[in-house]
Amino acid sequence: MPIPATAVARASAALLASGLWIGQVQAEERVDVLNTYADIALAGYQDSLTTAQALDAAVDALIAKPSEATLNAARAAWLVARWPYQQTEAFRFGNPIVDDWEGRVNAWPLDEGLIDYVDPSYGTESDANPLYTVNVIANPTLTIDGETVDATTITPALLSDMLQEAGDVEANVATGYHAIEFLLWGQDLNGTGPGMGKRPATDYDTTNCTGGHCDRRAAYLKAATDLLVSDLAEMVGNWTADGAARQVLLKDPQAGITAILTGMGSLSYGELAGQRMKLGLLLHDPEEEHDCFSDNTFNSLYFDQIAIRNVYTGHYRRIDGSIVDGPSVADLIAAADPAVAKEISDKLNATVTAMAAMRARGESIEAYDQMIAEGNEDGNAVVQAAIDGLIDQTRSIERGIAALGLGSVALEGSDSLDGPNAVFQ
Amino acid sequence: MPVRKPPRLEFIGLACLCLLTVGGAVSAATLLTYRDDLNETDRARVAAVTAPATDFASPEKFERMSAGAATTDVRPTKDAFSSPAGNLGFEGERDFKLGDGIFKKEWVSAPSSTQASDGLGPLFNARACQRCHLKDGRGHPPEPGEKAVSMFLRLSIPPRTEAERAALAGKALLRIPEPTYGGQLQNFAIQGIPAEGEMRITYDEIPVTLNGGEIVSLRKPHYEIDDLGYGPMAPDVMMSPRVAPPMIGVGLLEDIHPGDILAHADPNDANGDGVSGRANMVRDPETGELTLGRFGWKASVPTVRAQAADAFSGDIGISTVPVPAGYGECTEAEVACRRAPDGVQERLGPVEAPDSVLDLVTFYSRNVGVPPRRDVDDPQVLQGKALFYAFGCASCHTPKYVTRRDAAQPEHRFQLIWPYTDLLLHDMGKGLADGRPVGDASGSEWRTAPLWGIGLTETVSGHTLFLHDGRARNLLEAILWHGGEAEAARDRVVVATPDERQALIRFLESL
Repeated sequence: MPIPATAVARASAALLASGLWIGQVQAEERVDVLNTYADIALAGYQDSLTTAQALDAAVDALIAKPSEATLNAARAAWLVARWPYQQTEAFRFGNPIVDDWEGRVNAWPLDEGLIDYVDPSYGTESDANPLYTVNVIANPTLTIDGETVDATTITPALLSDMLQEAGDVEANVATGYHAIEFLLWGQDLNGTGPGMGKRPATDYDTTNCTGGHCDRRAAYLKAATDLLVSDLAEMVGNWTADGAARQVLLKDPQAGITAILTGMGSLSYGELAGQRMKLGLLLHDPEEEHDCFSDNTFNSLYFDQIAIRNVYTGHYRRIDGSIVDGPSVADLIAAADPAVAKEISDKLNATVTAMAAMRARGESIEAYDQMIAEGNEDGNAVVQAAIDGLIDQTRSIERGIAALGLGSVALEGSDSLDGPNAVFQ
Repeated sequence: MPVRKPPRLEFIGLACLCLLTVGGAVSAATLLTYRDDLNETDRARVAAVTAPATDFASPEKFERMSAGAATTDVRPTKDAFSSPAGNLGFEGERDFKLGDGIFKKEWVSAPSSTQASDGLGPLFNARACQRCHLKDGRGHPPEPGEKAVSMFLRLSIPPRTEAERAALAGKALLRIPEPTYGGQLQNFAIQGIPAEGEMRITYDEIPVTLNGGEIVSLRKPHYEIDDLGYGPMAPDVMMSPRVAPPMIGVGLLEDIHPGDILAHADPNDANGDGVSGRANMVRDPETGELTLGRFGWKASVPTVRAQAADAFSGDIGISTVPVPAGYGECTEAEVACRRAPDGVQERLGPVEAPDSVLDLVTFYSRNVGVPPRRDVDDPQVLQGKALFYAFGCASCHTPKYVTRRDAAQPEHRFQLIWPYTDLLLHDMGKGLADGRPVGDASGSEWRTAPLWGIGLTETVSGHTLFLHDGRARNLLEAILWHGGEAEAARDRVVVATPDERQALIRFLESL
């Protein structure tokens, strides 16, 4: 039966009047924004996977023919792999699938005595971490929680199922970038002085072995890089068109937009300005640096800030130079309040500049662990400027959340007041 | 002490319910006059919403969110106790993570190149807070042959002099430390200084037969100390073990109005229900004022800050403004320990962990989030909840409170929380008695332990070892250890049908 035109007009008018029509347009825009965000996540994890595969190949070359050249090539591959990975950190703090997985690849800080030999200054007291100096590489049989573990063959499963967080101690990090970093660089014994870890290539040379158990060290390194590759491949799968993380995001667009902004704010303030940077400055402790064996921390922090800007602007430059972009939360906020949108953008750029200054200092004058040393006023000030930028941008992100009317959502969840998540007020 | 006669629970239970339902919101509001933080309207609302449950056909409103708006939205994984409270803003999250960083911080012995994080020991149980509070969850006794992790022994002796008796009476001290080893056995020490010793635990198995024929074996622990580092202990030493408690929600417990806690106190059992409930009144270490103890297995610590300062000193050997001795828990008899260098840096202040550090750890501790309940509407969970009330568990494990409107931290204000504790001391009978008084707490009294999050113990901590010393190997064993004032409730569980017990456990597992 044909529908009279007047009825359609009346229905449209009613929709407009009730705001439903506008709501529908907004919902479509939000879905577009979420898809850009998920596309950037997919590209970022793909780039992380590609560079991890290159690292894996470089590790194969190192193990096949240990030399300063092959070791340095593996280190270079690790450093390159950090660029795209750190740019995925903005997908944490809001996507439960990422949050549950993240510790497998980027847990930090770690008690390196679990994995390999350490300097006597590390201490041998077993303390309350019975695995503090267990040295898996030197010991084919271990005792974990009173149970004997056969570590004769070092496999990815041994690392992920038996050693990671063994004894519930979070510093028992057996997997991920930082475990690999330790195996490539060794301990940084220079405190707040210049220099990074100095592991010799002969640590992997079975004919001229230093540090003992070179075959097992090689097996550990290979198992850890294989595991990194498979973990990243798993996360790539979560962001494909029908991947679980993308689906969760799209299921509730309003919650999804909130997740984007929450992730930006939490990475800026709590994670970076707080735990990763301010704590080190407060304690002036060289161990409080994210990439502590390789002295790559200034890069890691810089690319975290780039990550935050990427998801805001909906724009990511891939490792091959191509661009992934599309509608973004910046567009949504600009539609609601252009001044706030510009303010966030300006603040993000200001922090990028402050981080770039820190990075330049790291490349030319002193490493991050030196910058946070007690009494290093210039170095401290450079780090503090980046922290100030991060805090400042979070205030503006909060204004962005308010501009989109999401403020109370972040606190109470998206259910109605009668839903299971309702709270007494 | 003689076992109390089980009271006639049916009658009393009914009488209580009648009183509360008939009384309703109106008279309850007048009962809440001590809530000086609330106006009349709020008192009535609080009285209504905290009234005991009467309908077990469906969940109560707000029940899933155990900590109100402060409840986390995390999934029930190993990290379920590692998230900040759900209503912390970005800035709060920053302070939380800074505190978390210090909570995980490995302290090193002085002198070291990192002067702001040295001062460990000389005696210690762990180098970092996190090393005992594994995943912010519950500690456990050591496996045979293992060094103690997340559990230690407290030590004290009966008073020997008038001065010591006076100190106890005036609450200047809550217990007299063992003269050589102090108030706690530290099983680690820095290089060159002997540790105090290592606890050794042996267990006796005690079978208990339940209705339906199930036999449960309870293990009764005995404690000895090997490798004493400083000679023999006083012959009359009293030892009591402690596992690290879960960190969740303690800031909210701190913001329960004292009137709400004291309202449940019935020191002389005036209502004749066999359950007394006494407050442990202790001195605030910073003001000297007598105040309500809330934390620790015997409710001997009044604030989260005091608890953090005590742990810094006793467990790690780090001095703070409230507990300023750089040598930590070393006694005068432990000479080498007293003489070891401390980590105080004049320019950073007179203690090893200045207030900036203690404040962050305190903030962190106050804001470790409580996860939401699971399966609140499951029929078996609801049946278990009804039994929890019917058996009398709820008379000490008080289900809910509304926190103070005037709490210092805005996120803690006026939250309906479900910790399942009255924070009071109860005589738990001979089986659980440690014979070691602390302040007002006798050798058989223990603070009602909060139950929120208890169902996630295995998920977070990888074990199901409960009670102050981890002797119970599951929730049922923990219930069966209840004696004294809780004996009647425990007996109800013994005579319950297997299905009823299963439902009760299911309810606890949903917390």
